[in-house]
Amino acid sequence: MRTALTTRLVPKRLRGSVGLQRAMLLAGVALTALLLLAALAAPWLAPWGHAQLQDGGALFGSQRPPGAGHPLGTTVGGYDVLARTLWATRTAVAVIGLSLLISVLPGTLLGLASGYLGGWPDRLLVGVADALYSFPSLLLAIVLSIVISGGQSSLGGGLTAAACSVAMVFVPQYFRVVRAEVLRVKAEPFVEAARVIGTGHLRIMFRHVLRNSVRGLPLILTLNAAESVLTLAGLGFLGFGIEPNAAAEWGYDLNRSVPDVTSGIWWTALAPGSAMVLTVLGVTLLGESLNDLADPRLRRRRAPAATIEVPAEKPATTGTPAEAPAETPAEEEPTHAR
Amino acid sequence: MTLAQPLGGRAAEDDGNDPERGRPRRAALRGRLPLPRSPLVRYLAVRLLLVLPTVLLLLTAVFFLMRATGDPITTAFADRLTPAQLQEKLHAAGYDRPLLTQYFDYLRQTATGDFGRTATDNRAVSEVLRTYGAATLELACWALLVAVAVGVPLGALAARFRDRAPDAVLRLAAVLAYATPVFFVGLLLKLVLAVGLGWLPVSGRASIDVELRLQDLSDPTGLYLLDAVRSGDGPAVADVLRHAVLPALALGLLLAGVLLRLVRTHLISTLEAEYVEAARSRGVGGLRLVTRHAARPALIPVVTVLGLQVAGLLGGAVLTETTFEWKGLGYELAHYLTARDFAAVQGIVALFAVVVAVVNFLVDALAALIDPRVRY
Repeated sequence: MRTALTTRLVPKRLRGSVGLQRAMLLAGVALTALLLLAALAAPWLAPWGHAQLQDGGALFGSQRPPGAGHPLGTTVGGYDVLARTLWATRTAVAVIGLSLLISVLPGTLLGLASGYLGGWPDRLLVGVADALYSFPSLLLAIVLSIVISGGQSSLGGGLTAAACSVAMVFVPQYFRVVRAEVLRVKAEPFVEAARVIGTGHLRIMFRHVLRNSVRGLPLILTLNAAESVLTLAGLGFLGFGIEPNAAAEWGYDLNRSVPDVTSGIWWTALAPGSAMVLTVLGVTLLGESLNDLADPRLRRRRAPAATIEVPAEKPATTGTPAEAPAETPAEEEPTHAR
Repeated sequence: MTLAQPLGGRAAEDDGNDPERGRPRRAALRGRLPLPRSPLVRYLAVRLLLVLPTVLLLLTAVFFLMRATGDPITTAFADRLTPAQLQEKLHAAGYDRPLLTQYFDYLRQTATGDFGRTATDNRAVSEVLRTYGAATLELACWALLVAVAVGVPLGALAARFRDRAPDAVLRLAAVLAYATPVFFVGLLLKLVLAVGLGWLPVSGRASIDVELRLQDLSDPTGLYLLDAVRSGDGPAVADVLRHAVLPALALGLLLAGVLLRLVRTHLISTLEAEYVEAARSRGVGGLRLVTRHAARPALIPVVTVLGLQVAGLLGGAVLTETTFEWKGLGYELAHYLTARDFAAVQGIVALFAVVVAVVNFLVDALAALIDPRVRY
């Protein structure tokens, strides 16, 4: 879902961007592509398995400095650092995908229902969402991951636990964003028009309101993707993540490298940490620049006299008035039209 | 916080985000209601009442979720005791009673301020909260100090040089600050400043001898800097400060990135507002334009969002404390969680929940006082 949305958005935004923003967008795309590539090709790129401790009966050894056979050295547990770092991209991508999958749909639907229907269910949901949202998300994720995994450390179990706990943190975010947008869209004349001609509530909700309320979602999707990597790493760092024999995970490896750092061993922390930063950086840059380019107040126009469409044309090009973006400022039109 | 209120109220409306919303409806509402009491008071009262269910909800969630994972006694002794002995221990601790009974007992106790005793080391939870809460509070203050000192001026700088080189560099730095988890920043800082250059201590809140001296004071607050200053112990003050630098930087820089971006965005939109344009046309320019005319209205949303960051700060504190062995609530929480120590975990979580809920209330109240459009 994320890739479908972003691939559709990226070329369009790229053409509308200039200078620094284009550079940020390109960097974001490049880093994200690198992550996906590394995740896909991990079995071929990684010199060893993620839980491999020996080669042909000879142990790798603990805390070996970078050298032949181990370009980035070995960890205190005797794993190859480079291999662990590469394999962990898979874990990251899997958790990103899984957590977004679990959180977007419930968050959006609840936000839609809550904003559209109003009344006491709305108040209740807003209360619950606010409570969850305002609480330190990492703590929530920790408690949930303990519950879900129940101390298990299998790959599937660990991944699901991590993804569920991460997703739990996101549902309130989608809920809030969609609900706020629904409240705004609900007051638009086209919704009233639809109601006047006798359109059913379900149809109004999904066809008229929802469609115009999800424009902010791609940005939150990318930012949440970044955050899910960080939350997963936080879980791993505190020792509530995925066990090392089940899958490689940056946070866990960083946790194990804390004592290393104190004794001057730098190689066990640097690789997993840098990989994580690049991942988060890439996804964040992608989301940020897409957002900047979509927000006319933050975007610099390409040429002073770009073709600005007459707002009245919008309904004609997009079909029914209901489907036209509710409040598209004229300044944003050039990128939309091309 | 309070000094900008009268100005902010008007200015926030002036910045033109959505000028009409809310107004006609409020007028209509006032006409309809029999008792036209102040909407502000009503809003604040409702908001204050909402703090309670928020905290209750979190306590309930944590209570049941923790119990879904098994109790501390079984976790600790399952393979060492016979089933009968285990049962006896469970009975003594009250874990064999019906879940709902335990729940209501727990609520009753919590309401009276009794958080029980920890199961693992048999200490009063309130004592744990007081001791380690002070450490976390100290860390949070340091981090906020770093965040404000770094984030606000740099954000203003970025807004002033919008889309030019300084802005580009600063924005990248802010994104980088967001992308780097506190524990990795912490490890890097340790590696370079503590282990590599040897300038600062690697971990802890103070050297051992200093820690002992501070704990021997007559009535220690637990805030080491305060205690050290009060005792007039110069070397202790220096030692405490040196220990605080790295954790404060690690946690503070993360927040500074958030602040930088916020300050920048809000300053840019106020810089484009008409009254700033008016000042500009009168010949006001440069830094004076930013500090005298645009800063105050731009800082109001920043303050409210900063309040909302408290939750993030607490989450970050857990990781920072673990990285630097800063013996605060977060550091202890990780241990108690592993041991499934219900009472301790519930106490710490309850404290966090109350802090977050109260701060959120204050932030909402501030926003409502400043901006008349903010109402439910």
